[in-house]
Amino acid sequence: MLTFLNHLINGISLGSVYAIIALGYTMVYGIAKMLNFAHGDVIMVGAYVCFFAVSSFGLPPVVGVLLAMLVCTVLGMTIERLAYKPLRQAPSLAVLITAIGVSYFLQNGAQLLWGSNQKMFPAFLSGEGLSLFKGQINVSSATIVTIIACIIIMLVLTFFTNKTKMGKAMRACSEDKGAAQLMGINVNTTISMTFAIGSALAAIAGVLLCSAYPILMPTTGSMPGIKAFTAAVFGGIGSIPGAMLGGILLGIIEIFAKAYISTQVSDAVVFAVLIIVLLVKPSGLLGKQIHEKV
Amino acid sequence: MKKILKNQATRTNFITYGGVILAFILLQGLSAAGALSSSLKGQLVPICAYVVMALSLNLTVGVLGELSLGHAGFMSIGAFSGAVAAAAMTDSIASSPIRLAVAMIIGAAIAGVSGALIGIPVLRLKGDYLAIVTLAFGEIIKSIINNLYIGIDVNGLHASFLNNTITFGDGGRMILSGPMGIPGIQKISSFTGGFLLIMITLIIIFNLVDSRAGRAIMALRDNRIAAESVGIPVTKYKMMAFVTSAALAGAAGALFSLGQNTIIASKFDFNTSILILVFVVLGGQGRMWGSIVAAAALTILPEMLREFADYRMLIYAIVLIVVMLFTNSAGAKQFTAKIKGMFVRDIEGGEQNG
Amino acid sequence: MKRILAILMALMMVLSLTACGGSKAPAADGSATALKLGGVGPLTGGAAIYGNAAKQGAEIAVEEINAMGGEITFDLRYEDDAHDAEKSVNAYNTLKDWGMQIFLGSVTSTPGVATSVEANADNMFYLTPSASSTDVLGGVENPLTGTVDIARKANIFQMCFVDPNQGSASAQYISEKALGEKIAIIYKNDDVYSTGIYNSFAAKAAEMNLNIVSTTTFTTDSQNDFSVQIADAKDKGADLIFLPMYYDAASLILTQANAIGYNPTFFGVDGMDGILTVEGFDTALAEGVILLTPFNADSEDEATKSFVAKYKEKYGEIPNQFAADGYDCVYAIYEALKGADVNSKTSASDMCDLLVAKFTDSGFVFNGLTGEDMTWDVSGAVSKAPKGMVIENGAYVGMD
Repeated sequence: MLTFLNHLINGISLGSVYAIIALGYTMVYGIAKMLNFAHGDVIMVGAYVCFFAVSSFGLPPVVGVLLAMLVCTVLGMTIERLAYKPLRQAPSLAVLITAIGVSYFLQNGAQLLWGSNQKMFPAFLSGEGLSLFKGQINVSSATIVTIIACIIIMLVLTFFTNKTKMGKAMRACSEDKGAAQLMGINVNTTISMTFAIGSALAAIAGVLLCSAYPILMPTTGSMPGIKAFTAAVFGGIGSIPGAMLGGILLGIIEIFAKAYISTQVSDAVVFAVLIIVLLVKPSGLLGKQIHEKV
Repeated sequence: MKKILKNQATRTNFITYGGVILAFILLQGLSAAGALSSSLKGQLVPICAYVVMALSLNLTVGVLGELSLGHAGFMSIGAFSGAVAAAAMTDSIASSPIRLAVAMIIGAAIAGVSGALIGIPVLRLKGDYLAIVTLAFGEIIKSIINNLYIGIDVNGLHASFLNNTITFGDGGRMILSGPMGIPGIQKISSFTGGFLLIMITLIIIFNLVDSRAGRAIMALRDNRIAAESVGIPVTKYKMMAFVTSAALAGAAGALFSLGQNTIIASKFDFNTSILILVFVVLGGQGRMWGSIVAAAALTILPEMLREFADYRMLIYAIVLIVVMLFTNSAGAKQFTAKIKGMFVRDIEGGEQNG
Repeated sequence: MKRILAILMALMMVLSLTACGGSKAPAADGSATALKLGGVGPLTGGAAIYGNAAKQGAEIAVEEINAMGGEITFDLRYEDDAHDAEKSVNAYNTLKDWGMQIFLGSVTSTPGVATSVEANADNMFYLTPSASSTDVLGGVENPLTGTVDIARKANIFQMCFVDPNQGSASAQYISEKALGEKIAIIYKNDDVYSTGIYNSFAAKAAEMNLNIVSTTTFTTDSQNDFSVQIADAKDKGADLIFLPMYYDAASLILTQANAIGYNPTFFGVDGMDGILTVEGFDTALAEGVILLTPFNADSEDEATKSFVAKYKEKYGEIPNQFAADGYDCVYAIYEALKGADVNSKTSASDMCDLLVAKFTDSGFVFNGLTGEDMTWDVSGAVSKAPKGMVIENGAYVGMD
């Protein structure tokens, strides 16, 4: 039982990292209707900025995180302006390929700027953590912070999209860009705003990812990026609570597959579960079933 | 003949065949004259394999209109089954072209069967959900092959999963050793073999697209509900396109692996699937000759960029982004339309959405 | 149509640029009489750290040799393969077009298997710094089945230990020194290096009656979280964990084991070297880690000190064993060519015959950073003793 609980907690902590990345993915997808494959690499940039701020310049971690958010926001908006905005009317696959180009660009740019050597991310979230059952189960402080951050971000995002004017504009754009424009919503600004928020989230995700798994290199973002993309689809892409649920479930499934089936084929098991779930619920766990009209 | 050539689609098809034949003759000539660098010569077979991959994916993405992110999985199945088959047949079939052909057929058959098995559940889904499930299948295939061990001795093939528990009789040797892949492949793929596979692929795809079935498939792409309402069986035609695409990818995989010294499962990962998708989108969805040119050009490009040393892949990324922007953005479209208008005023119609 | 035009235009642009670049490319260092030395390795992508290290190590050796102004000078060129077998053959062909006379091989194993076949067919001398798989050399018995799956490629040599030797040496070491009662293994089962060492370790451990209580794996896709693997080892009471892997994953395992308060003995192989130099790594976590490694950047001997100092000055990093292997490869070739009648016109094939004869000659002994009295025989594998090191106070200390 204790082992089970331990695995569950490990699953949740892995899942919370996926969840926080998936939130950024799903947010951009929901509004811009594009799979931003460069999201994982924006995460990597955020982590590097925070790393250098804290390790090389000795800034306090909070300043490091804020700086990372600032840099990523600017980066995200620049990418959007230069690479995605001209393709607003183009087929979605064209934007997908451009996003892949941006992803290659960021990875190789990072390698040229910061070298290919791994960096160990500073453990500034290493507090005491929680110790349960006389120390038989430990929850690290990085996990606690990640889960709390995840919940806060989810709540804020839900509030933002449902209650604020900008959020409503975003939802309107996501429903129907043409109609939104007719209602006097500036679609371009709204989409740029979405990228800004998504990229700021990516910076936070990068810091949390690297706090939990502290190896930092130019390809750090790519695999978690794909897993988070999977998680976002799993939860129902475009749905904010769905991304969180999908991320955490994916983490738990991954850990359980390793613990109770086999570490050798755990990757296959995770994806098999994903396929089965999608066959039962074809638009993800919390996704909206859109009825097609002729 | 004249009448046939008036049909624009048929004309494009013939130009495509002609272009491929011409390129083949040209390259063969250059190769015979010793004018090709070893670098380019070494890439001829992989280019053929990538061209067939792009063509087959174009069938799924361009003609059927479904996004697949796991096409490398079918390539992987074809690559490994083809290479194992070729290794097993080394003694029984002496002629390497025939062995290559048999290996490609086996690769295509096994990939086609997997395509059918995967297609049944996958094709019920739509859009990005379908994309993610194809991605998942690609990862599962990679994981399975990573844990598969195959060896051969006088009694035939032996296989084990997860751990290598094979015990050999006389003359035994391992062919596929899990994560080590197949380390000793006898190279039997040739440029001619690759050229023939491209031609066969083109014949299959063009005939499928121009047939009754092809029109049904494109009707499904353009409007599934409308197509369904006029009585087109959705599953049947979707499966037809998907399985054909998988089988062709399998043949391409066999061609590829038998032109390499070694292959490992992780070669055929998500990034390879994406690479093939880039060929298709860049060449134009549904446009076969576009896929051929894009696959060839983008395979050679990184090799030509070697002069730039450290900046190579950065420049590759920039070229990719710039080309996508140039061909798709609204501003660039107006610009090219203007240029076009300056030169070709009197051609009526022209290309609508090039 | 436009699309294709755009691609062609981009290609042409690149072509014209390459043409400009090409005209000023030759003789970056070394004169026209320099011997052309080529190498292939992952300079971009996830494995870039290994390729760049080997390349930079080789660069320093070439610089030193050229500065001596002797008979033999080198012109070194490294090409990127992004840790992919297909691209590594392309890179090899590019080097061949350039006129390469001696090949430093591939840095990583799977690409190494691919390029070794090509180099064997071309009779191009091949000395790899770090592609340690037996399939690179060929002619080695598979430890699991006892079969020889790949025939020996006669002109291929290695500077590093071959994987199975490390695995069996580790098992022997653990058994002889009684380092652990219950042993756990974590290895990377989509990686040639890691699986190769694991297979021979498992075979040798069974022979020596070592008690292996837990065997778990991970892949590139799941290389972040090791909680399950560590928990399994802990639950089964393992007091020694064998980690046949590179130091990036190993550093995460050390961190995560420490986080749950589990402190067994960790035993690594040569891939573990470099763990102390990861920027920002808390070396206290690696306290007591034992590893078999041929190179030690903290070593006090003059050659190592001078190499480390030069490397730090030039690249701002502390060299790892890949850099040392690259450095040694160039020097081994240099030593072997001393006094031989070769110049920049010598064909690659003649050069190869000469070097193979020299390397397999029993009188050829090489002293380098990664070992003393190294010799090679017809098997292509290097013979040098792995050194057991233990990490104490953030530095390696020899175990014997």
